[in-house]
Amino acid sequence: MVVTVIECDIAIVGAGLAGMRSAVAVAEKNRKVSVAVIAKTYPIRCHSVCAEGGSAAVLRKDDNFDLHAWDTVKGSDFLADQNAVEYFVRECPKEILRLENWGCPWSRNPDGTIAQRAFGGHSVNRTVFAADRTGFHEVHTLYERLLKYDNVEFFSEYFLTNIAIEDGRVQGIATIRLKTGELEFFKAKAVILATGGAGRLYGFTTYSHQVTGDGMAIAYRCGVPLKDMEFMQFHPTGLVPSGILMTEACRGEGGYLRNKDGERFMKKYAPEKMELAPRDVVARAMWREIMEGRAFEGEHGPYLALDLTHLGEEKIEERLPMIREAAIKFADVDPVEEPIPVKPVQHYTMGGIHTNELTETPVKGLFAVGECACVSIHGANRLGSNSTVECLVFGKVAGEMALKYVENAKETRISSEFVKEEEKRLFDRFGKKGEENPHAIKKELNETMDNYLWIFRDENGLKTALRKILDLKERFAKVAISDAVRKFNVALLSTLEVGYLLDLAEIVAMGALLRTESRGAHYRLDYPARNDEKWLVHSLAYYTSEGPRFEYAPVRITKWKPVERKY
Amino acid sequence: MKILIRRFDEKSYWQSFEVPVKRGMTVLDALFYIRENIDPTFAFRASCRMGICGSCAVKINGKPRLACETQISKFKEIKVEPLDNFRVIRDLVTEFEGFFVKHKKVKPYLIAEADYENPVEQLQTPQELKRYYIFSLCIKCGACVSVCPASATLEGYLGPAALVAAYRFNADSRDKGKEERLKIASESIGVWRCHSAMECSEVCPKQIEPAKAVQLLRRASLR
Repeated sequence: MVVTVIECDIAIVGAGLAGMRSAVAVAEKNRKVSVAVIAKTYPIRCHSVCAEGGSAAVLRKDDNFDLHAWDTVKGSDFLADQNAVEYFVRECPKEILRLENWGCPWSRNPDGTIAQRAFGGHSVNRTVFAADRTGFHEVHTLYERLLKYDNVEFFSEYFLTNIAIEDGRVQGIATIRLKTGELEFFKAKAVILATGGAGRLYGFTTYSHQVTGDGMAIAYRCGVPLKDMEFMQFHPTGLVPSGILMTEACRGEGGYLRNKDGERFMKKYAPEKMELAPRDVVARAMWREIMEGRAFEGEHGPYLALDLTHLGEEKIEERLPMIREAAIKFADVDPVEEPIPVKPVQHYTMGGIHTNELTETPVKGLFAVGECACVSIHGANRLGSNSTVECLVFGKVAGEMALKYVENAKETRISSEFVKEEEKRLFDRFGKKGEENPHAIKKELNETMDNYLWIFRDENGLKTALRKILDLKERFAKVAISDAVRKFNVALLSTLEVGYLLDLAEIVAMGALLRTESRGAHYRLDYPARNDEKWLVHSLAYYTSEGPRFEYAPVRITKWKPVERKY
Repeated sequence: MKILIRRFDEKSYWQSFEVPVKRGMTVLDALFYIRENIDPTFAFRASCRMGICGSCAVKINGKPRLACETQISKFKEIKVEPLDNFRVIRDLVTEFEGFFVKHKKVKPYLIAEADYENPVEQLQTPQELKRYYIFSLCIKCGACVSVCPASATLEGYLGPAALVAAYRFNADSRDKGKEERLKIASESIGVWRCHSAMECSEVCPKQIEPAKAVQLLRRASLR
C-alpha cells in the first residue's frame, strides 16, 4: 500500500476566518516554518463568508475597553471567562486596523474613517462593518493576504478524519482527499483546529451545509473535552422558510420586530433595549409571541415581521443590500415595500473544544480556535459581532502559540498502526449494502434537536431527545457505503458527518439535561431562574465508550461579579 | 418535476430524476433531494445556500447559475450540467485548481506598507470605496470563465474572474502596486486576449461586469 504523508510544521485544519488568521500570524513572524491550511472546501467557500453584520471593536472616544468587556460579560450571563474577555477587547481594534491595512473594504464615514453601527447588547455603536457582507470581505482579505507568503500552502477539499496523538503529543492528522478519495496524512509538529460550529445538528439553521462539527467531534473522540456544549445560540431573525440569516444589523440600522397585531412586542420584554437586546432575550420573546398565538400564520408555519419599510430604499441599498437581495430571491419579499417574514433560527455554538486563554487544548501541540473552540468569551450567550473578531484575535494567538511550540518541538511520526487502523475504520463500510440511510438518520436527528433542544427546554423533552439520539446511534451502526468509487464519494462524507453530529448531539442533550438552571441561551421551563450557587461553572464533556462523562470547572471572574441581567 | 442531470463517472451520460416540487424550492434543494432520497452517490458542491460562497455554480438549462438561488418555479423542465471550460471530476464537480492559480497570478492583494505590530487607520472616503467596491464582490464561482470564448480556446488566458481581481485592487485608493499588476494583466494572456463577447457580464450572479473591468484595464494599460 502506498501511503501519502505530507510533511509540514504546522497543520491548520479549517480555512475560515480563524484558520486563515492563524496562518497569517505564523507567516508574519516566520517565513521558514511550513504551514499547511487544510479544509474540506476551498478557503473562500467557508461558512465565515456568511457572517453579515459586523465585528465589534473599541475605536472611538465614546467607547472604552471596560465597557466592551462589561457588555460581553453581561451578555454571556456571567459564564464568560473574564480574563479572556479583557484580553479580547484590547486586541479587537488592532485586528480591525490590520484587515484595513490589508485591503478590507470597510464601510466608511464621510470623512473617510471606519464607520460603526449599533448591535444588540452593545452600549454604543461599536460594530465595524463592510455593508452587510462583513464575513465575506474579511475572509477574502485574509485569503488574499495569504497568497503573499511562500511558506503557506493550501490543501483544499481535504476532509479531516482523525488526529494522530502519541505520548500526549500531537503527531499529525488523517484526511481524505476528496478529488481522489484516498487517505492522505499530514505529519505535523503542531495542529490548529479551526473547523467551525455544530449548527447542522439542527434542521432550521443559518449554517452552511458543510459545517458539521467535524473538528469538535474528532477532538472529543481523541480525549479532548468539549466545553459548554449545552449553550446553542438562536438568532432572532432567520428568513422563513430557508433559515437564511437576516442580520442583526437590520435592527441595528433601525428595523422593528412586529407581531400580527402590528405591535413592537419587544417593549414587553426589554423596554430599554427593545429590538437591540441580546439574541437570547429577543429569541425567547419571539418564541413566546409564537407560542401565545400572536404570530402570523403562513404556509410554512408561524412567523413574525422584521419591518424595514420605514428605513427607505436609499439606506437599505447602502447598508443592507444583500439582505434586500436575499429577501427578494428567497422569500419573494422586497423589504423596501413590505416586512420580511422571520422566526428564531439556530445560529451559533457557544461551546466547543476546551482551550485555555492561549488556545491550548490539554493535548500538547494541539490548539483550537474560532467557533469550534471554547475560550470562553461568549459564555452562555454571545453578543452579535463578537464572533468574527474572536476568530481574528484568537487566530493570531493560536498561530503564535503554535509557532512557539514547533520551534522547540521534537520530531513527530505517523505510525503504520495509525495508518492501518484509519484505513480499516474508514473503508470497512465500503461497497456493502447497508440497512440504514444516513440522510434519513440526519433528518430525524434534526427534527429531534428542533423539537427538544430549541429555545425552551424541559426535563421530559430532553430525556425524549436523549433516548432518540441513542436510538439513532444504534441505527447509524448499520449504515454502509454502497458506492465503491473513491473519488468525490459524497456518500462516505455524508456518513462520516452524520456520525460526528450524533456524538455532538448526545453531548448537547446530556449537558442540557444536567444543567438544572436557566442561563443565557439555555432556558429550562422547569428551572427558569439562574442559579449561581450551583451552576456558575463550565461543563466539560469527556468521551467514554458509554457516552459522555461530565465534569465542571469554575468560571474566571476578574472584575464583574454576577448581578441580575436586565435589558 | 423531471430533472435531467448530466452525470459523469469515467463516462458521461444523462440521467432523469422525478423530484416533488414545493413552492419556494431551489434547484439546489432538488439536487439535495436526489442525493438524500434517490442516489447517495450523486456528487455536486454546495455550502452556504445563500449565494455568497460560490460553490454551486452549474449550468441550468444552458446557462451558468448558482443552483442555490435559482427557483425551480422559473422553469417547466430542468437540465443541470457541470460548468463548461472546467474539467469534470465527478457528476457536477469540476476541477477548480487552475482557476485559483490564475487568480493568484494577478497579485490579488493590497500592495502597501503596513505596520503589523502597530497598525494605523488609513482613510478612504465613501466615494473612493465606491470606485472599486462592486469588483470586490466576486465570489469566484467560475460562471464567467465557463462562458468565456477566450478561456475556451486558450488555456493560459487569465480569464474574467482574475482580471476583475486585478482591477479591484488597481482601483483601490490605498494600493501602491498598480504598475506591477497592470503589467501582468496586459501581457498576451491578459486583457488583450479578451474577445469582447461580454458573456461574462451577462452571467455573473453578482452583476459585477467583468467585461467592464477588462475595458478599464485596457484603457489604463494604454496610458
